[in-house]
Amino acid sequence: MNPPPVIAATTADAFITAKALDRVTAAPDLPDLLRPVAPRRGLIGFARRHPAIAVGGALVLAMLLIAVFAPFLGTVDPTALAPARRTREPSAAFWFGTDMLGRDIYSRVLYGARVSLTVGFSVAVLASVAGLTIGLVSGFMRWADGIVMRVMDGLMSIPPILLAVALMALTRGSVGNVITAITIAEIPRVSRLVRSVVLSLREQPFVDAAVAAGTRTPMIILRHILPNTLGPMTVQATYVCASAMIVEAILSFIGAGTPPTVPSWGNIMAEGRALWQVKPYIVFFPAAFLSVTVLAVNLLGDGLRDALDPRMAKRL
Amino acid sequence: MLTYVIRRILATIPVMAIVALFVFSLLYIAPGDPAAVIAGDQATPDDVARIRASLGLDRPFLIRFGEWSWQILHGDLGTSIFTNLPVAAMIAQRIEPTLSLMAVTLAFAVVVAVPIGVVAAWQADTLVDRAIMAFAVLGFSVPVFVIGYVLAYVFALQLDWLPVQGYTPFADGVAPWIANLILPALALGSVYIALIARTTRAAMLEVLQQDYIRTARAKGIGPAGLLFVHALKNAAVPIVTVIGIGMALLIGGAVVTETVFAIPGIGRLTVDAILRRDYPVIQGVVLLFSFVYVIVNLAVDLTYTVLDPRIRY
Repeated sequence: MNPPPVIAATTADAFITAKALDRVTAAPDLPDLLRPVAPRRGLIGFARRHPAIAVGGALVLAMLLIAVFAPFLGTVDPTALAPARRTREPSAAFWFGTDMLGRDIYSRVLYGARVSLTVGFSVAVLASVAGLTIGLVSGFMRWADGIVMRVMDGLMSIPPILLAVALMALTRGSVGNVITAITIAEIPRVSRLVRSVVLSLREQPFVDAAVAAGTRTPMIILRHILPNTLGPMTVQATYVCASAMIVEAILSFIGAGTPPTVPSWGNIMAEGRALWQVKPYIVFFPAAFLSVTVLAVNLLGDGLRDALDPRMAKRL
Repeated sequence: MLTYVIRRILATIPVMAIVALFVFSLLYIAPGDPAAVIAGDQATPDDVARIRASLGLDRPFLIRFGEWSWQILHGDLGTSIFTNLPVAAMIAQRIEPTLSLMAVTLAFAVVVAVPIGVVAAWQADTLVDRAIMAFAVLGFSVPVFVIGYVLAYVFALQLDWLPVQGYTPFADGVAPWIANLILPALALGSVYIALIARTTRAAMLEVLQQDYIRTARAKGIGPAGLLFVHALKNAAVPIVTVIGIGMALLIGGAVVTETVFAIPGIGRLTVDAILRRDYPVIQGVVLLFSFVYVIVNLAVDLTYTVLDPRIRY
């Protein structure tokens, strides 16, 4: 075993280090009873420590790439009608077959990834920002807390899918409106979580210390509370993202989501609904993509939870 | 105890009032002109004006809300724009299939999920536990309608064991009734099972670490008695809580499951109402289900004292 290299700062240090090195080299080498610990660095090391983050992250990344590069992956116009070749089975020319209007399902599914991911990520970000704001306000302004939380209780009593359906029934179907409707349905859960984290952080000694040092409340929120909410918040955001993608697909599937002209996974499945007993592949391909994507985001969330909050990981 | 029950029942009144207020104000906070959206693209200005009047959008918010609340308190959920029938009657006509589906799913999910969660906690960190938890993640991730189609394809189309779609009323016999509900209940129950199993496992893990469990084991109680009598009783509160909270998933999922399996229930009514932009029907369904959800969670709260006598109010 070689002694570790030491960089001496001053001559006195160098002298002491040299003496110490003398002694180390003078001692006889011990036999290696324990195998040396191999440091787990790099991507492979990370993947072995956090398999859920690695697998989930890789799948989400793959889906993102598919969504971004959809036009270059051998797709054709996903909305191009071709009545001459309706409901073709999957083949070399049409990998996932064609639907009842002759549109290429492979292209539609790949472009559908754009809708699903846009909705998932937008809702996750918007609901997080709104939930953080509401949670911080009701965690700090105690007079507002009672009112805000009663309103949130009321909102949470409306099943999220039905709330989104009601909102969509009153607006024209568009991706933006779908995002708004799902965000409104998700906000109460996020703000409740933030509020509970804020309330427990308020009791922490470091917050007392900041108060004792004369830090103003806005600064305490910004510097001491907010950074500590980001861990649980990130985990929650991934779950919100997964749930938003499912809700979007459900809304589109029952006709309350994105307009039929937009190729979203829910829409493709809605169109295949009437024919599913004879042409199951129309429903199968978007269903598979949706399930894999949601599974990937959920895995990512579970992995992040285990990595960021080991205490919670044990409990769930 | 009695005062607690009364207080808890009274506490649901403001929650229900907020739900009602919110569901009602959706008409007003929705961007654009809801009357024009509901009337559709081919509507004449007269149609739009007629719908605006029938929704009460031409009168002040507070007056309209007062009238509407008064109607709700008398069981009047409004009138359908499309059929001109009272919404309450339309819902009553279709409630049996939905109630059947939800009851069968609830019973089935609890019977399956709780033992699964108990076993996972007992075998914590073994292959059995990992497999069960992996299935739970899968149950969270695969949407209801995807599971529904896969089940219908395998068990109805390929194996021909069960009917593909449809519903047989309970009055026509229990066997055909349940045969039609098995696949929908399996599909609808998947998320619910995943949720309950995960919570049961977490609650059991906590309980199994306690001293009295070790004492019981030292006395020579077998694993079945230990887990299901001694431990499960003390893990019951979080499990029952999540069963109540999970009802929201069940209600939302029922709409989709009924569409997949062509069950003529409230979900089907909702989907038809969406296609016709029949807002009063949607509003009535949302309100009814929200009230049901509030009452279910009230019932859950009230069972706490029965499940765990240490909880006193």
